[in-house]
Amino acid sequence: MLKDQDRIFQNLYNDLGPDLTSSQKRGDWVNTKEITDKGRDWIINEIKDSQLRGRGGAGFPTGLKWSFAPKEVGSRPHYLVINGDESEPGTCKDRDILRFEPHKLIEGCLIASYAIQAHVCYIYIRGEYFVDGQKLQAAIDEAYEKKLLGKNAAGTGWDLDIYIHYGAGAYICGEETALLESIEGKKGQPRLKPPFPALIGLYGCPTIINNVETIAVIPTILRRGGKWFASLGREKNTGTKIFCISGNVNNPCNVEEEMNIPLKDLIEVHAGGVIGGWDNLQAVIPGGSSMPLIPKDKCETLTMDFDSLVAEKSGLGTAGVVVINKDQDIIQCMARIARFYKHESCGQCTPCREGSGWMWRMLDRMAKGEASKDEIDMLGDVTKQIEGHTICAFGEGSSWPVQGLLRHFKDEIKKRNKFDPIIKEKKNIPYLVDQHLLDKNA
Amino acid sequence: MSLRRPAKNQPENFEFNSSSLEAAKSIVAKYPEGKQQSAVMALLYIAQKQNDNWIPLAAMKYIAKFLDMPYIKVYEVATFYSMYNLSPVGKYFVQVCTTTPCMIRGANKLVEACKEKISEDESVLSNDKSCSWMEVECLGACVNAPMMQINDDYYEDLDKEKTLKILDKILNGDKPTPGSYRGRINNEPENNRKTLMDLKNA
Repeated sequence: MLKDQDRIFQNLYNDLGPDLTSSQKRGDWVNTKEITDKGRDWIINEIKDSQLRGRGGAGFPTGLKWSFAPKEVGSRPHYLVINGDESEPGTCKDRDILRFEPHKLIEGCLIASYAIQAHVCYIYIRGEYFVDGQKLQAAIDEAYEKKLLGKNAAGTGWDLDIYIHYGAGAYICGEETALLESIEGKKGQPRLKPPFPALIGLYGCPTIINNVETIAVIPTILRRGGKWFASLGREKNTGTKIFCISGNVNNPCNVEEEMNIPLKDLIEVHAGGVIGGWDNLQAVIPGGSSMPLIPKDKCETLTMDFDSLVAEKSGLGTAGVVVINKDQDIIQCMARIARFYKHESCGQCTPCREGSGWMWRMLDRMAKGEASKDEIDMLGDVTKQIEGHTICAFGEGSSWPVQGLLRHFKDEIKKRNKFDPIIKEKKNIPYLVDQHLLDKNA
Repeated sequence: MSLRRPAKNQPENFEFNSSSLEAAKSIVAKYPEGKQQSAVMALLYIAQKQNDNWIPLAAMKYIAKFLDMPYIKVYEVATFYSMYNLSPVGKYFVQVCTTTPCMIRGANKLVEACKEKISEDESVLSNDKSCSWMEVECLGACVNAPMMQINDDYYEDLDKEKTLKILDKILNGDKPTPGSYRGRINNEPENNRKTLMDLKNA
């Protein structure tokens, strides 16, 4: 288990209070000037050395992302945008940072803004987190009052203003370009990339977008050194991470742990074990709903980091671990996730708009045992037609969990759905899409 | 995508009151000059708050003029995002999360409670018109599942009985305390905490 002194978020459970005074006791805002005085290149190199990867789901190296920002500020100002849209089912880590460790985030914003030469930072928070956003706003107001923000913020000589922008219940706004559209006051529909936001982002200006957790760990990394962070976890999967363990466990919780921790430790030690015992485990969704589930036999030895989960054809995503035990109907669980994606598709690309609803309707019938045998392969085909054919990664996010189900629980679906294909009955149903096959087979 | 339509009965006029106007102006100031369109989402919230939790078409027209942008652009935004209510939802708006992490911990019991106390169908006002409920997608409090949101506040770690009690309270015009209903502190593992114990006992 990670040592307590290596935990970045000391106030994860709000034992100490989120206010400025107690945050300073925990080491926030202590000599921020010393860090910025070492210069932009030092900061970016130190983050590169720490091998920090973005905590929002995709796991892109943060130092590398920052180095994409233009070195000189041209006619267009630079922006820093913080992604706090956290809507991935199974994930609730950013909320705790917003309400209990706001000063880590604010200080991180100042350092990151300095490194990428931004004078304005927008923090995008999902609309449902209004109360938590108000707590962050209180912390921002406190920081302005103590001259930690505004002109010559915290004595660093850098001017920075931070504003909160609330979303309004659209999952897709967690996608970085949809988020920019949303800040610009439009529908949250993703943009084509390239151009990448680092060059043409918010209002057409160079913009760096980072997750709340990524930015909140920055000050600690710079204080304790990139080497310290890199010493935790393993190569390319370094540092600590907040894991959210939900679902059928005895003590669902958020906990900060070292990367590469065994999944079994997370569940058994921190979350008090699976309800009904380890043998009652059916499957685990390791990284938020868009990551394919992992069946029990692989959970024994699985370690939680980006690369080891990719090797299992899944992913760490946001590290929202959803534990599903044998009392649950696994097809129903995935059908509900498919319904989530059907509801949240922005409607811009046809494969996703139509396909997400298609997957939901098929899975719903499969859960009830109303589907025919050939539909199982058809469902796999639908997922393949969505994946890779959309502007943003939502297409993958909606089809991967279904593919995971098909990969590991095909027998379960087959057992429940025994109907022959309707085409074999040679019924004349005019509205049936594959009616044309009747003629061919006749 | 979700299907969203404006209400049939629409008020003819809408105008910000003085406090809304003040709030709106301070929000427009957050964005660069000429980019006032960015404020549309926040202004829709202000309109929704002023107008008993829903946004009439007249408010969208008003905001379009206020921000000097086409009405259709405001309409697009209001109909795209699911948190803008386009028809009356009551003073107390109950949203029950039923996405998988909540579902497997018994969110359907919360839905049952809402059906018993508020109305048989979702998005239908209760008899006294003060309250309505609906199923929503993940609210991002998965380790506190099952949970629901009433207006701005989260009510966590619920079961059917606790939900019935909360709903009784709001139907009587009281405000129940938000947060966990199993008495646990924030997101710590209940009675099983193994980390940061020095701080807990400090």
